[in-house]
Amino acid sequence: MSIASQPPVLRLSGITKRFGPLVANDAISFELERGEVIALLGENGAGKTTLMNILFGHYVADEGSVEAFGQPLQPGDPRAALDAGIGMVHQHFTLADNMTVLENIALGTQSLWLPRLDRAVARLRIEQLSADFGLAVDPAAVVSSLSVGERQRVEILKALYRDARILILDEPTAVLTPAETDALFRTLKLLVAKGLSIIFISHKLHEVMAVSDRVLVLRSGRLAGERATAATDRKELAALMVGQEVKPAEVTAVEPGDALLVLDTVSTGRRNGAALDGVSLTLRAGEITGLAGVSGNGQAALAALLAGTESPIAGTVVIGGRQIGDWSPKAALGHGIARIPEDRHAVGTIGDMSVTENVIAERYASPRFSRMGFLDWKAARNFAEQIIADYDVKCPSPEARIRLLSGGNMQKLILGRALDPEPSVILASQPTRGLDVGAVAYVHRMLLAARQRGAAILLISEDLEEILALSDRIVVMSKGRLSSPSARGERSIRELGELMAGHGEEGAKDAA
Amino acid sequence: MRLEPKPAPSLGMTLLFPLAAIAATLLLTSLLVLAAGASPLSVFYLVAKGAAGSQFALLETLTRATPLIFTGLAVAVAFRAKLWNIGAEAQLYIGGVVTVVLGTGALPLPSVILIPVIMLAAMLAGGLLLLGPAILKTRFGVDEVVTTLLLNFIVLLFVSMLLEGVLKDPMGLGWPQSQKVIADAQLPRIIQGKRLHYGFVVAIVSAIVVWVIMKKTVLGYEMRAVGHNPEGARFVGIPVNRVLMKTALLSGGLAALAGFSEVSGLKGNLTLDLSPGYGYSGIVVAMLAMLNPLGVVVSAIFVAGIFVGADAMSRIAKVPSYIADVMVATSLLTMVVAILLTRFRVRWK
Amino acid sequence: MDAFEILFTASFWVAAIRIASPLIFATMGELICERAGVLNLGIEGIMTAGAFAGWFTVYAGGDLWTGVLVAALAGAMFGLLHATLTVPLSLSQHVVGIGVTLLATSLTYFTYRLVLPEVTSPPKIEPFQPLPIPGLSQIPLFGEALFSQTPLTYLAFVTVAVVAWVLYRTPVGLAVRAAGENPSAVEAQGISVTGIRMGAVMVGSALMAVGGAFLTMSAFNSFFFEMINGRGWICIALVVFGSWRPGKALLGAILFAAFDAYQVRLQQLSGGIVPYQVFLMMPYALSILALILVARRATYPKALMIPYQKGER
Repeated sequence: MSIASQPPVLRLSGITKRFGPLVANDAISFELERGEVIALLGENGAGKTTLMNILFGHYVADEGSVEAFGQPLQPGDPRAALDAGIGMVHQHFTLADNMTVLENIALGTQSLWLPRLDRAVARLRIEQLSADFGLAVDPAAVVSSLSVGERQRVEILKALYRDARILILDEPTAVLTPAETDALFRTLKLLVAKGLSIIFISHKLHEVMAVSDRVLVLRSGRLAGERATAATDRKELAALMVGQEVKPAEVTAVEPGDALLVLDTVSTGRRNGAALDGVSLTLRAGEITGLAGVSGNGQAALAALLAGTESPIAGTVVIGGRQIGDWSPKAALGHGIARIPEDRHAVGTIGDMSVTENVIAERYASPRFSRMGFLDWKAARNFAEQIIADYDVKCPSPEARIRLLSGGNMQKLILGRALDPEPSVILASQPTRGLDVGAVAYVHRMLLAARQRGAAILLISEDLEEILALSDRIVVMSKGRLSSPSARGERSIRELGELMAGHGEEGAKDAA
Repeated sequence: MRLEPKPAPSLGMTLLFPLAAIAATLLLTSLLVLAAGASPLSVFYLVAKGAAGSQFALLETLTRATPLIFTGLAVAVAFRAKLWNIGAEAQLYIGGVVTVVLGTGALPLPSVILIPVIMLAAMLAGGLLLLGPAILKTRFGVDEVVTTLLLNFIVLLFVSMLLEGVLKDPMGLGWPQSQKVIADAQLPRIIQGKRLHYGFVVAIVSAIVVWVIMKKTVLGYEMRAVGHNPEGARFVGIPVNRVLMKTALLSGGLAALAGFSEVSGLKGNLTLDLSPGYGYSGIVVAMLAMLNPLGVVVSAIFVAGIFVGADAMSRIAKVPSYIADVMVATSLLTMVVAILLTRFRVRWK
Repeated sequence: MDAFEILFTASFWVAAIRIASPLIFATMGELICERAGVLNLGIEGIMTAGAFAGWFTVYAGGDLWTGVLVAALAGAMFGLLHATLTVPLSLSQHVVGIGVTLLATSLTYFTYRLVLPEVTSPPKIEPFQPLPIPGLSQIPLFGEALFSQTPLTYLAFVTVAVVAWVLYRTPVGLAVRAAGENPSAVEAQGISVTGIRMGAVMVGSALMAVGGAFLTMSAFNSFFFEMINGRGWICIALVVFGSWRPGKALLGAILFAAFDAYQVRLQQLSGGIVPYQVFLMMPYALSILALILVARRATYPKALMIPYQKGER
């Protein structure tokens, strides 16, 4: 099939978008051909999502234009994008949980002012599309009852229902098990065979290599390179993506010491999504334990448990040899647990309070910062200045609202706050999510230094490469249960993937 | 349209925004004055003159500001912790009830002891009244706006019941009113023969104390953290529910002081018209002050001035005195927009 | 007659349905706002404004239905104010709601005093009259209660059916429900969240105002101060009690009104032993109780009170 003879289905010319001083997209131009899969590769914060939000009309570009099928696209209007045949599967699903699959798909496809939604027509078409593209889902099911994989299928059906000819998928595999990922890739092949064009956004190199025809690499808002997938390899793409040779963090051998924190068949309630179901885990001094798993399998509950925001409903927790009774964030801090939370904006910081007020937040009631119910603002400010200096935080002043800091600097402050008292146990939950390369390397160095000092560290991450690079031992979480631990290099990536998919440990061992 | 956060404004800018809000309010309400067939300039002049044009007017304004300072502080404290206390009106009346229960001769104590005892008891009663909705919020997830609003009606009926029952003044010629408090339970007048009483001084001292609590103490820090981000506050170990309880006690207590000061300092007894909506006006007072306790004093005097001035104005010009309520309500809305503009930049694309 | 027999008198149920009618309008109005994700605490003031606007239109010579229309328009205007501040500007729905209530109430009182400067007793109008539906109104007890009411009560019941139909059966209803659950789902399908939410608040506010107008144009025949008397806040409790579903909320409103009618009759029966204030407190206390009972199990619209900025997820 000769693709080159046809005009491109999508053309972006000189797209530039600024947020204040930050240039999120800098003069980006590319074309998408019919039946082609482009991978948009880049790190978190490279500008991929911003670019797609402009394409889809959520944002308006400061400069540049978009053409779809030869027609200029009205900026800032999702409706125009939909009408032009552009469909988008967002990273966070845009589904209303209280409505059925059919209602979600039909939403906005019939004139708003019709006296009645035509369900029969919608159902027929959804069933047809489901059959054609192998996207099995019950149109009458309420979305809240669906699995993550099914929800993604609904998202794709939403686009197909609107006759999308261009499909944009933003980090579609982040929430999928390896098996679900394979099924998604099969669907994508089917779509391309029917003449659709696809933009696949990812920061995972192996997926990009597996699924795309052409790779565009985005770095710091700029187009850093363009390669035909067949003519490149992971190493070259990695170099393009990161820009400089990043030395992997050096891991020196440390002899593991005492068990500092022991969970024995601990279960929790469902307040944090999936619950823990009889989890046993030992964290030792001088050891980083990596927790791998597909998001939503109980990692949040384990993190909440260690952070003190969730109490066990069964099992025991032993810290430093003593079994703990009352459990709360205060108790966790009192037992020397440092916490680096997954969401630094919603949980880790109080955005409208100052850097100083945030830095003392875990210890404001200690004698160091308060006397007889009064706060010692001088001591607090000195501490803030110390952390700013020690952890190389860039901020206008200790009095600045922390909301105004970049993600990396915010994370450095959280690290400083957590690590300054030299904690014996460290919970690091997705500590590098959304950070640039420099900040990621910094976080890794800090965690390794704490390990060197003899802290026991639990590293929870959805980034398997991060887990593999840092962990002395790896455990895998699936459906609220933990696998047995494996030492560095003991299990292959494929074996870990099997465990992540929830295939029994016995099966995984057999395969090995 | 999009809102982008911007750096904290300078102090000068911060002071400018309430002024801009007031200017906008005057502009909007002048339309109503025109509709009433009067000239806005002369009406606003009459309001200003009625509020501050003479010693009498000024003292009247300060007298009217006294309960507003208390209810404004009550709201400022609660809203800081995002405890939406719309029940200052009820807490005020409970403060008044406690004052007449203890102040009509039940406690044979000298004035220097009796008055503080009554104040503490009133604060406790007001605090407990707000503790209920606070517990319903933290335990059952019941929105405290609705419960505090509904409690306003319940408490007013309760007071009405008392005034026609156990607290009824036998000498009251059948009016639903309580006995007068005894002399030892009365706050003295600041100037002999004028209405301004020491409740005003108590209000100023309260504002300073609340300012110190918010700025300098652990409790104030906890309240602000809980208000800005309860999830984050819980994570760093702040006992969020307990902080909300303390906030409720403090806020309800401050509102109850308004009732105490009106009964003990001004009216002498409790009636069903003790408050012409001071509890609700307190919300406006607190918002105009951007929840700053010292600012509450200024904004309470301002709001009181509008009410006092509008009363005087309506006797001369034929503009209904309800123009004051309209101005106060409008200034609440213009003020929240002004606060928004100090913190965000509105981008039109 | 004893306390139990009251329940089987037609006059009791006629009163209950009459008391329920304004609550039904306003509860449906609040329900629409909240289903779209906006808590509308302007309800109390908007009902006041509607009560005055409808009544005054008739007093000034307009016909009754014109009065209802004017009330609805007045409500929609206050809804527009509320929505402008809370939807595109994302201001606190609590503060703005209270502000709208204060503004609508004070503007109403101001206007009343302006147009009727020297009245001592409030002037009366000729209100809606009962319109018994032939046949149906002959059915004992409930037929009489339901079908010998004024046209405005019938409109209240029609409104529930229309609201239910629109929310669950029409495209725009889907958009409203989705806007209150996950606004990004609405925007991703090319519909403006701002538009849906503002529209819902305006329509909802119009219904609240008609609820207020019921009091001056059907239940009574004149406007007096503080006549809404917390009914708006009670309607907010009724929405929670009805789990944000029109049918359940209707049931809640009727139950509540029946209780209210019952306490008035009990009050007469009690012969003054129990202070009448205790009976008057009951509706408010009952509302708080209802909130406590359902709050734990309530499935709130997930995006209720959460402002939405375009492109956010």
